[in-house]
Amino acid sequence: MAGVAGGNDFQWCFSQVKGAIDEDVAEADIISTVEFNYSGELLATGDKGGRVVIFQHEQESKNRPHLRGEYNVYSTFQSHEPEFDYLKSLEIEEKINKIRWLPQQNAAHFLLSTNDKTIKLWKISERDKRAEGYNLKDEDGRLLDPFRITSLRVPVLLPMDLMVEASPRRIFANAHTYHINSISVNSDHETYLSADDLRINLWHLEITDRSFNIVDIKPANMEELTEVITAAECHPHQCNVFVYSSSKGTIRLCDMRAAALCDRHSKFFEEPEDPSSRSFFSEIISSISDVKFSHSGRYMMTRDYLSVKVWDLNMENRPVETYQVHEYLRSKLCSLYENDCIFDKFECCWNGSDSAIMTGSYNNFFRMFDRNTRRDITLEASRESSKPRATLKPRKVSTGGKRKKDEISVDSLDFNKKILHTAWHPKDNVIAVAATNNLYIFQDKIN
Amino acid sequence: MFAKGTKRKFSDPGEEPALGAELGPVVRPLSSTYSLQRQSLLDMSLIKLQLCHMLVEPNLCRSVLIANTVRQIQEEMTQDGTWQIMTQALAAAQCPADRLVATEVLCRPSEALAAAQKEEEEEEVVVAAAMEEDVDSEANPLSSSSFLPAPFGAEPGWEDEEDDSEDEDSEECPSDAEDVPDSRRGDQVFGTFEIKHPAPPPDPALEELFSDVDPSYYDLDTVLTGMQSTPKMGPYDLLDSLSPHAAPALSTGTSCRSDLNELDHIMEIIS
Repeated sequence: MAGVAGGNDFQWCFSQVKGAIDEDVAEADIISTVEFNYSGELLATGDKGGRVVIFQHEQESKNRPHLRGEYNVYSTFQSHEPEFDYLKSLEIEEKINKIRWLPQQNAAHFLLSTNDKTIKLWKISERDKRAEGYNLKDEDGRLLDPFRITSLRVPVLLPMDLMVEASPRRIFANAHTYHINSISVNSDHETYLSADDLRINLWHLEITDRSFNIVDIKPANMEELTEVITAAECHPHQCNVFVYSSSKGTIRLCDMRAAALCDRHSKFFEEPEDPSSRSFFSEIISSISDVKFSHSGRYMMTRDYLSVKVWDLNMENRPVETYQVHEYLRSKLCSLYENDCIFDKFECCWNGSDSAIMTGSYNNFFRMFDRNTRRDITLEASRESSKPRATLKPRKVSTGGKRKKDEISVDSLDFNKKILHTAWHPKDNVIAVAATNNLYIFQDKIN
Repeated sequence: MFAKGTKRKFSDPGEEPALGAELGPVVRPLSSTYSLQRQSLLDMSLIKLQLCHMLVEPNLCRSVLIANTVRQIQEEMTQDGTWQIMTQALAAAQCPADRLVATEVLCRPSEALAAAQKEEEEEEVVVAAAMEEDVDSEANPLSSSSFLPAPFGAEPGWEDEEDDSEDEDSEECPSDAEDVPDSRRGDQVFGTFEIKHPAPPPDPALEELFSDVDPSYYDLDTVLTGMQSTPKMGPYDLLDSLSPHAAPALSTGTSCRSDLNELDHIMEIIS
């Protein structure tokens, strides 16, 4: 079967699955974000219960060099707790909306995690040695009187069991009236932006009591509100450039050098609507749920309800590539509106070389598109195909007419099993797919 | 209340254009199927907006998208004249205690609703005379047009069967529907997100209703039928979303205020 990426025929196979197998999924265990760090050594997940779990890639074993190493739990901590806004009498969910890693600068790892209202900078550090041999205390542990100490003894570092500590280093709070949907670290490694439904703020990583508002689309009269911000991201190389997407299917690129308040965009990306396909749901399905720059910085990708689009930053009037994710849902929009699935926010991601893109769908299906060969594949994250190194079988949804063997009909799709969050290793062909409370890791089989 | 993930059949068999399917240019065929579907979509959307009142702040993006959809339907109905017909019919029919009678598929009928349906049938005769098209008895366009001002303006959705409020209502509701300029129809959906925004002109019907407050009105059950959950408020009036019960300042009418305070007091006792 056709593989994706590189032009070589390779196949995706199961590597690991994390999470409980129970049918009864606790709400708190539902994974809400997945992110590899810059080297791909660490993989972080956040869940609805406010916890962050970090997996670390173990080195390949010498016995089985054909197999990439596995990801094992490295650190687990409670990032956010539920809160109560007394002024509005509303709960603030502890669900982790996004995690973004900072580039590594020393032995410790840093990441930003955010819920609806508060962003936190976490430091994850290892401790595998302890100092022994102090002669400052007596046998009972009481500090000795300095006059009693007659010799100088330098403590010795002795190995201990590895301990991974996570500590909150900064808490960036009280800057967002609305729900934070995105955070993005700037290429200067000093600043980052956070976006909610109506505003985008720029922060300095060292400063928690101040942030700069750079975009504000709140109308003077809230009754005139017809459009909200859905996602935002910093350009990977140009620290003055960022983009944000809206619920009306538009993307605005802004240059922070132009003005302090970037309400006026530098570029405006919108595909003209096809009048023949207009319906009452047109606007809803055009709402962009995710926007991601390519690693090269030349392109960006947007995800709306039915498709993924790749845009060239130099061309504003239409995308250069459009990929249909699940076009068979177009005739079901009324039902999907009724059960609220039409509001599901799917994410998308690039592979390390920008030659392929991936996004999720329903029934625990996820889709990959090869930009060079124009081939696409549908795979499923399921327990059934979870045998070690088992090759994933491509799946197909039958769109009416005769249903072939091994195909699944649209009406049999499970809309409760949705893959909203996926991540692609920055260098290797390893992917992480979040299916409700389970994290699946797949990798390519090196032939 | 909406079964997520339910396997659903193609909602639109036959040749009629489905709501989700491609629609032609502005002049649409006003077939009854299409009208019904559009009506059903409108009702569904209004319920969704009302059900935004939860303990956690509602998703602003979702609310905006639903409100835009409602506005779109409203504009289309205005364009093809359905809107005017309905509002005229309302004026003629001396509109009843306004209520939302959404499609039965979406609503769980309460006893009060069942009782109210009796009088609904009476109104229908008048409506049918005024309108040329078929009106489905279930998806009562009367109700939706009278309701439409509601999240945007001032209409209660009481399923109350007290007809003595009819006279007062008749003044209130057509004027609401007609006088309120179009731009305001779509309004008040968003109140103010942070601070509760008082709703526009009160409905005298409220007075009647509050005069014999029955705690059963504030059952979560009746709220879910979309009958009475805070019809005067937009989806962003979050202070009111504390409980499904009507909040203190439902209307700016001073006449209602004392009743509302009493209501509030009663709710405290009950909860």
